[in-house]
Amino acid sequence: MSLAPKLAFQNLFQDKLRLIATAFGIGFSMALVTIQMGLYVSFQRMVTVMIDHADADLWIAPKGSNSFEDDPSFLDEQERFRGLSLAGVRQIVPLVVGFGRWRAPSGETSPIFLVGSGAQDEGLKPWNIVEGDFASLAIPGAVAIDRSYFDRLGASRIGESAEINDRKVDVRETTHGVRSFTTMPYVFVSPQFARAATGTPPNKASYFMVRLVAGASATAIRDQLRARLADSDVLTPDEFRDRSRTFWVSGTGAGAALLLGSLLALIVGTVIVSQTLYSSTKDHLPEFATLRAIGSSDGYIIEVIMIQAVISAIIGFALAAVMGWIVALATAETALPVMMTTATTSILLLLTIVMSVSSAILAIVKVMRVDPVMVFAS
Amino acid sequence: MTGPVLEAIDISQYLGDGAARFQALDAVNLAIAGGELTLLMGPSGSGKTTLLSILGCMLTPSSGTVRVNGHPTAGLEPGDLARLRRDNIGFVFQSYHLFQTLTAIDNVRIALDIRGESSDRSTQKATEVLAIVGLAHKAGSYPRELSGGEQQRVAIARAIVGDPSVLLADEPTAALDAENGRAVMSVLARIARDSARGVLVVTHDPRISSFADRVVHIEDGRIISDSRAAGSQKVA
Repeated sequence: MSLAPKLAFQNLFQDKLRLIATAFGIGFSMALVTIQMGLYVSFQRMVTVMIDHADADLWIAPKGSNSFEDDPSFLDEQERFRGLSLAGVRQIVPLVVGFGRWRAPSGETSPIFLVGSGAQDEGLKPWNIVEGDFASLAIPGAVAIDRSYFDRLGASRIGESAEINDRKVDVRETTHGVRSFTTMPYVFVSPQFARAATGTPPNKASYFMVRLVAGASATAIRDQLRARLADSDVLTPDEFRDRSRTFWVSGTGAGAALLLGSLLALIVGTVIVSQTLYSSTKDHLPEFATLRAIGSSDGYIIEVIMIQAVISAIIGFALAAVMGWIVALATAETALPVMMTTATTSILLLLTIVMSVSSAILAIVKVMRVDPVMVFAS
Repeated sequence: MTGPVLEAIDISQYLGDGAARFQALDAVNLAIAGGELTLLMGPSGSGKTTLLSILGCMLTPSSGTVRVNGHPTAGLEPGDLARLRRDNIGFVFQSYHLFQTLTAIDNVRIALDIRGESSDRSTQKATEVLAIVGLAHKAGSYPRELSGGEQQRVAIARAIVGDPSVLLADEPTAALDAENGRAVMSVLARIARDSARGVLVVTHDPRISSFADRVVHIEDGRIISDSRAAGSQKVA
């Protein structure tokens, strides 16, 4: 085995206190990056959660709709019929959504987002059902709520009553993990109830979910629908997701804030590693001068410093990953959980290594300037 | 003895800038032949270390030529000079300059490691060389566990493990007591018995002159005497 890794390892571990400080410095800064990245990923997923679960081949949305939760405007039933007349279109399901106010039996109120789902299988069904069944939403006044909102909504089990926009509702179904990234819980109701509660006329809908016959080309039919429905947006699920993400992540500045936080954490981490490697290199300058004097190539010396950087990165990454997983577990049930995926973990490792290796530049510059003659003077 | 393994031809060196500029070496000529141990002696500030730095290809002379095994070094890039040092010159320093975090054998191995030699081969050669300097039993010791003399002998082992044609030693006995100094000099004298290898020792220490085949005196940047040592101490 080459001595370069051994030398690098010993240089780092010789001053254990400095190594611990470095490891925690990298660990905390990369944990911050992890959390920001986790929030970013989570945010990107959460803003499309309804689109992801809708099982639609195409969406027809009011012109200019930014996202599923956008301030609802209406589509006309005529548009649905025009779409249905196209070959390849199997089904177009109206979806009524809107804002509402939930009043718990205690009198406490809370803003909610109503999802008027089709009572049959074709609708946008709540998922992760814990109690009750989807068919029960056909019962007048039936609602499905998520267990994570029990406290907020003042309900704790099936059968409890409340009011939405002064209309009595009964909890008939509960779910787990159907969460909104906004402060407003999703409440699933029948389309009829949603229309009545939000004042949506019977011939109007917020969205149309288009389902195609097997083998039909979604993009071809999208183009035909666009030609027929000039006043609406016709989008593939991917396009709708992109639009929602662009609006919430970029348009609101939330994504920029998260990315900026990550960038700052990266800068802090870079400074910490840079400072440590520089100071460790400075401490071992006579040794590097000796290496130069006895004829070592620049590459060998750079290898020693780079290995130090990579060892620092791996230790820091391990700490950051542990901290990240703890935060991910702790926030799993919150409105915006920090998500640690294989991809984010891999990116974190790569970022940590890139950051640490970049941090080695100062130390390398310092060593490259060492005059080997100094070995005679000392 | 063979021809020169290292030559300084008309070497002059100016150091410092402006008003502080001075001539450290003045037209120095010196040839180190294989198979002999040369002592370079002189008072502080006489130019010994400057000459050693130039001979060791670490410092470019203001004028003159250095030849290593007959090859002039003028115009070589730093990388080429490093390779030249690595392959032809062994160094022994006053302060040993061992790697404190490496064992004795690894301190020796490193001279081969920077050449890219395999671990097995470098370990075998380092073991052999440690035996030559009488430290085979200390192969696993760290520098802090060795006496000054032992550390210097490890440094000598590191200097010769790559089989250089010239060994440059800067005050190798300055930090040692008389007994250890003699032990180190005997090792160097033994190394100089190889006709393919010349040894140049820079020293203040008159006690070691008995080990020399030749003694060169330098003063104010000029060589003032160059004599064969009569009755130099032979090493068995």
